[in-house]
Amino acid sequence: MLDLEYVSGGYTEHPVINDVNFSVSPGEFFGILGPNGSGKTTLLKMISGIIPCTSGTIQLNKRDINEFSRKMLAKRMAVLPQLTAHAFAYTVRETVALGRYAHHQGFFQSWTSEDERVLQTVMEQTNITVFQHQTVQQLSGGEQQRVFLAQALAQQPDLLLLDEPTNHLDLAYQKNLLDLLKKEVSQEGLTVVSIFHDLNLASLYCDRLLLLHEGRERVIHTPDSVLTEDLIKEVYKTNVTRYPHPAVAKPQMHLLPEKVDGSARTVTIGPSMLNIKEAHITLTSPIPLRTLSSGVCGSGIGWHNTLVNRHVPDDYDCSDPEAEMQQYLETNGFDPAQTVGMMTAVQLADAAYSLWEKDGVSLFTVVTAGVGNATDSARSVGMTHSATPGTINIWLIINGHVTDEAYIQAIMTATEAKAQALREMDIKDKRTNTIATGTSTDSILVASTQQGGHSPYAGTATKLGHVIGQSVYSETKKAITRYQAR
Amino acid sequence: MSIRNFLKNNHVFAYVSALACLIVSMLTAISVGSVAVPVLDIVKIIGAHVFRLPIADQVDSMYVNIVSQIRLPRVLLAGLVGASLAIAGAAFQGLLRNPLADPYILGVSSGASVGAVATLFFNLSIPLLGLYTLPVLSIVAALLTILLVLFFARRVDRTMRVETIILTGIIFSSFLGSFISLIIALTGDELQQIMGWLLGSVSMRGWSYIGIIVPFFIVGSLLLLVSSRELNAMSFGEERAQHLGVDVAKRKLVILVAGSILTGAAVAVSGAIGFVGLVIPHLTRRLWGPDHVHLLPLSILTGAGFLMLTDLISRTIISPTVLPIGVITALIGAPVFALILMQQRKT
Repeated sequence: MLDLEYVSGGYTEHPVINDVNFSVSPGEFFGILGPNGSGKTTLLKMISGIIPCTSGTIQLNKRDINEFSRKMLAKRMAVLPQLTAHAFAYTVRETVALGRYAHHQGFFQSWTSEDERVLQTVMEQTNITVFQHQTVQQLSGGEQQRVFLAQALAQQPDLLLLDEPTNHLDLAYQKNLLDLLKKEVSQEGLTVVSIFHDLNLASLYCDRLLLLHEGRERVIHTPDSVLTEDLIKEVYKTNVTRYPHPAVAKPQMHLLPEKVDGSARTVTIGPSMLNIKEAHITLTSPIPLRTLSSGVCGSGIGWHNTLVNRHVPDDYDCSDPEAEMQQYLETNGFDPAQTVGMMTAVQLADAAYSLWEKDGVSLFTVVTAGVGNATDSARSVGMTHSATPGTINIWLIINGHVTDEAYIQAIMTATEAKAQALREMDIKDKRTNTIATGTSTDSILVASTQQGGHSPYAGTATKLGHVIGQSVYSETKKAITRYQAR
Repeated sequence: MSIRNFLKNNHVFAYVSALACLIVSMLTAISVGSVAVPVLDIVKIIGAHVFRLPIADQVDSMYVNIVSQIRLPRVLLAGLVGASLAIAGAAFQGLLRNPLADPYILGVSSGASVGAVATLFFNLSIPLLGLYTLPVLSIVAALLTILLVLFFARRVDRTMRVETIILTGIIFSSFLGSFISLIIALTGDELQQIMGWLLGSVSMRGWSYIGIIVPFFIVGSLLLLVSSRELNAMSFGEERAQHLGVDVAKRKLVILVAGSILTGAAVAVSGAIGFVGLVIPHLTRRLWGPDHVHLLPLSILTGAGFLMLTDLISRTIISPTVLPIGVITALIGAPVFALILMQQRKT
């Protein structure tokens, strides 16, 4: 479809673009990325024939673009520019109709039924038919951009070039415009080459990406291979973290702001921040903690500064515990967005906790335990309601910097230690009469301050893992002993 | 649907009403004066001219003389000048994407004025041309000016962006304007004549001047009319127009040259009459929409009618003194323009 071979060129004596080489196949959504001044717009203008190449060739359907007349080119290639202001109040219909210019021969050819059909179709596609008699200026930015997209589509091009099409558009319009383009690509076989400012949008919508660096191609590949932390750091000169999109199999890049707060105080989470009442145990941290938990609310991965373990009556039964929990948090003055909430039926005064500081590891462990529902996970036959319900809730707050891998290993290690504690205390699953590994409704939370020493792993072979195992084992034993004493 | 939307979407109505205004203006302008001529007689006299019939006996021969020798050529010349300036203004505004552009923006009128003022100052008279020396030299100077402007603009910026062209035009206008001032400063007996010409007038020109402007008017208008779709595309920006398939470099040259021919010819026969080329296209666009396919012909009709009426005012308002028509257009045009501008800012 589009082939660039060793293309160089630019405005001045010094070429902005150097030896760029790539091909775009029909029906592809191709993205161009690069920092400001990397030559993205220049490259796009060279493809659209506005700026000549000083060397190399640009071919459209195997023909050099210089062989096309302007009109012939406009029938094959359309451009959606960045949104700009316009001097005159053309109506939407007049504006879109201009897209048919290249299909007219000479001055005297009149508006044909084919023109009208195309006009109606593209206005339908872009959902602007209702505005057709309004002037373009009367529309919002997103609507205007749709009008110019309709104009470009009215040219019936095979190739559509876009220069940051979502610039100045708010969130919903960005998505709508790109969804519309994606639809044209997959349903009508349109080929799209687009400049993107936003790496994450490019990742979500493009099949392949070209990363430009100082006028040269740095890499051309799928979003997965282009959007790596190292490449982006090298080209954009800034630190980013890569994270998978929660719902789509595409990478997303997150900026890391520079820490402005010079007096970044080091916080150690410990017993002084714990508040045990009859109704709930809370831990209030002066800084947000990165949490991974299986709580009722605030679960999954997140940042939270309040942890709540709430006492509920034995017969607590609610169809929507999350909503009920949120309401509970709000009425007790906690911000649900900042809080991880758990529940237990055991007496909270029996909670066992200590700050473990050993081998350079600092860990605060809090356990509440009841074993009425003790279950052997290997033989479990499903949950039953016991007359003396109970749950083991474990909080592990690491005063340090922990990787995602370490979070997962911390949970493994803690679970193993808990199972060992139950075994030694001979807690049995009453239904199978075997040693229990936990209860049927256990929860766990691993949090970290993300300050201070780095801990890449938390398996039992590491110091952190060692402390986790020890602390969970002994706090769980303490808590169960108190529970059994009642 | 608002009235403005109704007007913009009804082009038959637009043409009929603009044409009606033009005819009414023309008949009024011919009829009113120191001697009032009945409208019916005017129709008879013009009809006789057009269809080459003998003039009906019942028409007073004095009326025939007044109409065919004095008022008709005067009104027609005013109409042609108004039409030329209006269509040129509409085209320049579209090309330069600036609703405040006027036909004089490129220095063409200064060029034409230098030609005319020099003719008067040096008392030039080229053999064979005789009385036509002034308009002919004026048009030649106008064409030379636009060629120089384009040449310099191209030297500065090979792609000739409109910003470059406008700036070059302004430089040339000021430069040529200082020539005119220089001539005025040096002048003695011809001052009245030169000032009279500079302020603009369509009086006492006769049919011969119509013969001078008509060919330029036809060529210039046709060139612009066949470029109306390209003007629509270019008013969204030159790159946009290229993407839509317009050969911008070629079309821009055609429009600049055609607009300059029209402006040069108008200035040559009547002096520099301001505001017509600015206000009329602006007003027409407000009424009937910016689509150049209709804007250009409607500007011709409106511009012609407007200048006929302005000329009528200039010679009747403090009769028998004839005021310079350029003063009247400025007196009417500037406040009207200010009003338009204020309204536009509000909406």
